[in-house]
Amino acid sequence: MHPAFSVIFLTTLIGVGQGLFLALYTGQVYSLIHVLPTQAEGGFYAGGSALALLFLIAGLAASFFHLGHPERAWRSAAKWRTSWLSREVIVLPSFMGTVFLYAAVHYTGWNPQIAILGESLPLDLSLVLGAVGTVLCLALFVCTAMIYACLKFLQEWHSPLTVVNYLLLGSASGFTLAAAFSVYSAPDMVRFYGTWAMIITFAGLLTRAASLVRNARLKPKSTLQTAIGVRHVQVAQKAQGFMGGSFNTREFFHGKPVRLLRSVKWLFLLGAFVMPLLLLGGALSSLAGAFFSAAFLTQYAGLLAERWFFFAQANHPQNLYYQAIS
Amino acid sequence: MTQLALVIDLNVCVGCHACVTSCKEWNTSGAAGAMSDDRPYGADPTGTFFNRVQTYEVGCFPKTETVHFPKSCLHCEEPPCVPVCPTGASYKRKEDGIVLVDYDKCIGCKYCSWACPYGVREIDEHQKVMKKCTLCVDRIYDLSLPEAERRPACVMACPTSARLFGDVHDPDSAVSEAIRESGGYQLMPEWGTKPSNHYLPRRKTQIRIHTDELIRADNPLKKERQLPKPDQNEPSLDDVTSW
Repeated sequence: MHPAFSVIFLTTLIGVGQGLFLALYTGQVYSLIHVLPTQAEGGFYAGGSALALLFLIAGLAASFFHLGHPERAWRSAAKWRTSWLSREVIVLPSFMGTVFLYAAVHYTGWNPQIAILGESLPLDLSLVLGAVGTVLCLALFVCTAMIYACLKFLQEWHSPLTVVNYLLLGSASGFTLAAAFSVYSAPDMVRFYGTWAMIITFAGLLTRAASLVRNARLKPKSTLQTAIGVRHVQVAQKAQGFMGGSFNTREFFHGKPVRLLRSVKWLFLLGAFVMPLLLLGGALSSLAGAFFSAAFLTQYAGLLAERWFFFAQANHPQNLYYQAIS
Repeated sequence: MTQLALVIDLNVCVGCHACVTSCKEWNTSGAAGAMSDDRPYGADPTGTFFNRVQTYEVGCFPKTETVHFPKSCLHCEEPPCVPVCPTGASYKRKEDGIVLVDYDKCIGCKYCSWACPYGVREIDEHQKVMKKCTLCVDRIYDLSLPEAERRPACVMACPTSARLFGDVHDPDSAVSEAIRESGGYQLMPEWGTKPSNHYLPRRKTQIRIHTDELIRADNPLKKERQLPKPDQNEPSLDDVTSW
């Protein structure tokens, strides 16, 4: 497929926003049960979720560049029964709204207690909002990934690994950003976020490598023989019906040499996984803010390359019909 | 249930592109607006088409065969492009099974084109909406046209009648008969899309003549018997040859 930068930015930016929100809420729940020190001020959560919201807004803005008619975007909520894209269109704003409320509750401090769990666990509004946000956040990961994973003839995408990768890669970048953010706003959370960022990044490396191995072993189901229905071992295209380009020759092929594709693969393995792991390791031992920021920036750049490769690697069966100009 | 479709006879198609041009001519003049063309006479022309004719070579020289292969929307019975559309702009008509795009609802996200394994949907770069073959839905029901012309423009244009149009769900229709009798098949059956358009394979055209078909055994009027040979000495019409 031809990688569209609008979609690359959409998926990576909302991934960071989602991961950051998950990190914040995990931190809040952990401090509730006294695993982590409690943040007396709501500023850390308010600032963090505002940052997550910024990433989500940037992602949403990027997505509009993908549309031919952005002014009709509201229509795309209509077919949620059948279309994962439509579901994403519903879940993304709902999640953004929840993150906004979560940030507002922490910022204003208006956080009424709703119930007491067991003997001594107070359940306040921010926790309820966070739980709703977490459900929406996970649903958004599933929707985003299923847009690609549900297309069965794009065999590179049609796998549960796609969903796992979107979840882990988004969370990894979000936790790395949470670590970088907490260096400045909540230093006692840094180790928690940094360690988890490393764990999730490593898990993401394993699942992304698994999907690379899987894709390398794929055997295309469609061949030129099934495409035109002629049973002969030797079929060659002599003309595609036009001499210039068309939507079919532009949209479904990245148009880059195989060498570039291969180098981008190693580039993103380094940038999204290996370098951030090293930088996070260095950062955790020195607790220097610059290390965490560098880890996040490297990982985000690596994820941009990863997403580019994700699209470029998918081989659409329609390309079988466009093998020779004339 | 009706399922209108095309049946394309690869044995007859000569690859003249008449269906391509007449499709473009009819559909660019329709109510939906022009199908855009950019730099039509320039170095790198591009444009929106509903129909293309491609050419394939089967076999190894000198035992080769050239197959001209017209490709347009197959109006699948399980169209993978329809459920993925977020707005419902892409839909399959219940009454005749034609897969259509509502150009007023389409947001131009291109997701349906990703979901079509055949690559028959093309975005209009100027109107920014997805376009595809409509089976000339604005023509086949037009009562102001003579009945013989209520057929898709490509079918009307085909000089060799390689394109048949009809209801593939009606077992008595000409298209169903052609599929049945001539081994009609579907493209990429492995994806379960159940294309409605079928293709008739290349086949060897043979004719077998028996002598009793040339001279009727039962011939009471002796219409086809050998004429009596005239005598050598009888005068002929031109005095040179005998008749």
